[in-house]
Amino acid sequence: MSTKSTRSISPTRQSGTVTLAHGSGGRAMQKLIRDLFLSRLDHPQLHALEDQARLEMAPLMAMGDRLAFTTDSYVVDPLVFPGGDIGKLAVCGTVNDLAVGGARPVYLSCGFIMEEGLDLALLEQVVDSLAHTAEEAGVAVVTGDTKVVPRGAADKLFINTAGIGVIPQAVVPASHRATTDDVVIVSGPIGDHGAAITAAREDLGLHSSIQSDCQPLNALVEAMLAASPNIRCMRDATRGGVATVLNEIAGASAVSIQLDESRLPVADAVQGLCELLGLDPLYLACEGRLVAIVAAEDCDAVLAAMHSQAAGVGASVIGKVHGGQAGRVSMKTTFGGERIVDTLVGEQLPRIC
Amino acid sequence: MKYVSEFRDPVTARKLAAEIAALLENIDKPDNRPLRFMEVCGGHTHAIFRYGVADLLPDGIEFIHGPGCPVCVLPMARVDDCVALARMPGVILATFGDAMRVPGSRKSLLQARAEGGDVRLIYSPMDALQLARANPDKEVVFFALGFETTMPSTALTVLQAESEGIKNFSVFCNHITIIATIKAILDSPDMTLDGFIGPGHVSMVIGDAPYEFIAEQYSRPMVIAGFEPLDVLQSVWMLLRQLAEGRCEIENQYQRVVRDGGNPPALEAIGRVFELREFFEWRGLGSIDHSGVRLTKAFAQYDAEKRFSLNAPRVADPKSCQCGEVLKGVIKPSQCKLFGKQCTPEAPMGALMVSTEGACAAYYQYGRHRGDVKPVELHQVVGQ
Repeated sequence: MSTKSTRSISPTRQSGTVTLAHGSGGRAMQKLIRDLFLSRLDHPQLHALEDQARLEMAPLMAMGDRLAFTTDSYVVDPLVFPGGDIGKLAVCGTVNDLAVGGARPVYLSCGFIMEEGLDLALLEQVVDSLAHTAEEAGVAVVTGDTKVVPRGAADKLFINTAGIGVIPQAVVPASHRATTDDVVIVSGPIGDHGAAITAAREDLGLHSSIQSDCQPLNALVEAMLAASPNIRCMRDATRGGVATVLNEIAGASAVSIQLDESRLPVADAVQGLCELLGLDPLYLACEGRLVAIVAAEDCDAVLAAMHSQAAGVGASVIGKVHGGQAGRVSMKTTFGGERIVDTLVGEQLPRIC
Repeated sequence: MKYVSEFRDPVTARKLAAEIAALLENIDKPDNRPLRFMEVCGGHTHAIFRYGVADLLPDGIEFIHGPGCPVCVLPMARVDDCVALARMPGVILATFGDAMRVPGSRKSLLQARAEGGDVRLIYSPMDALQLARANPDKEVVFFALGFETTMPSTALTVLQAESEGIKNFSVFCNHITIIATIKAILDSPDMTLDGFIGPGHVSMVIGDAPYEFIAEQYSRPMVIAGFEPLDVLQSVWMLLRQLAEGRCEIENQYQRVVRDGGNPPALEAIGRVFELREFFEWRGLGSIDHSGVRLTKAFAQYDAEKRFSLNAPRVADPKSCQCGEVLKGVIKPSQCKLFGKQCTPEAPMGALMVSTEGACAAYYQYGRHRGDVKPVELHQVVGQ
């Protein structure tokens, strides 16, 4: 944030819309940053208003021996959906990307690209939510940027966050480490986020109770690693869902994975939406679920640790790793047959009949 | 989940599978080959692959995946017309989701949208009419396709547009009829089918009477079936029972949805709005007489073919495509020369690779070409 300001501003309620003046570098921009952003993202690094955050290394080095560094951009539509909004998502997505690598997330950056005409009250709601989620996840937003683009050059609001985390010594989860007889665990019901977004889109005219699963997973991962530092790999099942992540793991580890459909946790409302639209919950995005591959002997301990955490109450074993054909993911259907669970060609499109 | 899981019950499935195997023992197989049952509808094809229904059947029964995926059989020239419509200034093209990816001779609607065409994904033709109401300064064209299943909703939407006096709405009609198509398959010289699993949702509209010629003139049994895996399995059992008892009839397994005589108000709407075309071109099967419909003269103002100048040239299927032979059950998808090589879901050449309901795409997606899959019990690991 590159304007001069003073500390300790209380959040003010804004009215009106974002204009190009808010991105001009002049007073309107300074006021927006001070009143709307700094008042909510209260960190000394931000208030210093330098062009960069300056982070001390000693406390980081005490936490582990490697940094994890990641970035992700958030363009969800609608901006507010049942169970979350783009602000919450922008924290959870990046925090979770760090966490599933075994890292403890510490710092975030955030960049806001706002379309001229964006409702300021909505922007406030998003920043409130982003700040609240960062606090919940125990990460600090230490640097940021805002841009305003003319109407039509972006869709209301895009957010980019980058994150830095520290990986403790001896923790080495990686996609290539799955091996025969490991078990596949998912941390809760699958597809809630994708289903919530689909159902929330106005053109569908559906009323559903589905809430996004959007939530930070770092506390869950920490509990899991405490139960077994030898967890083979973890991935958060975002775009492409659980099926896509498992295909990537099966490919990277040169193993096959077999799922048991009867053990797949899918909420009834999500299943219902999928039946209605011809979608498959295995391919729906989650924003607060992870897939873990765990050695069979560690399975009980890891599951127990997961069940002790709010984000892992619904954790269950859904499949097993085999040798056999490298890269193949299959599923034993509840019906008694078997099918391949391949990576999708493109996005899932509803079927006509 | 109620009304769904009952129809996917593995215990019932195993019982039915055992009865199917027992029945099959008592049936003479023609030319010592497996019995071949065609599931006409793409919805059945999808269910068969998704639930692994074929895994439960004895070797003596094969599914032949029929032409009932309306997205797959759409000729490229019609998609080209759609792409042209989408690119016209002031036009909104409204389409069902799975038609977005169907390749025309040069591009699909997905690509047309990426290049600036106004293509909207809708779930019902009434959504298209709503677009017309909301955008009075635009021309909204609904890309209508599907068998008799989706015809009534298109017809009712046209009637609604007429009653509201909505002028900026029209229909690019690609609806096709199932009866003429089944007849074309039965007339084919290399046809080797022993029975049909009949389309459930089409029959919900048209009833069972229109199929009687299949039993009477071609001596093939048909069982109209629902779309859950137990529906399909029970239909196979009903077909076998007919063969074992020397009967040849049109039976209805999908009684919870399909009524004798179909749905009269839906048929009436179809009759008011549509008339048969002399012929319609099918991807993979060529031209079939009386297999498509168009809007009648009375509704000409809602006919996009009359309102816009649409004349994309006919595009022949690639010579090496063997979709027709797959459709008739002469070869399996994986026996086609192009399957999985030049023709994949990423870059489909033939009709049947186009939509997930197409036989080749389902075969590919669910990995039937990758050899036998050996189920492994999980309970030892999970211990729950």
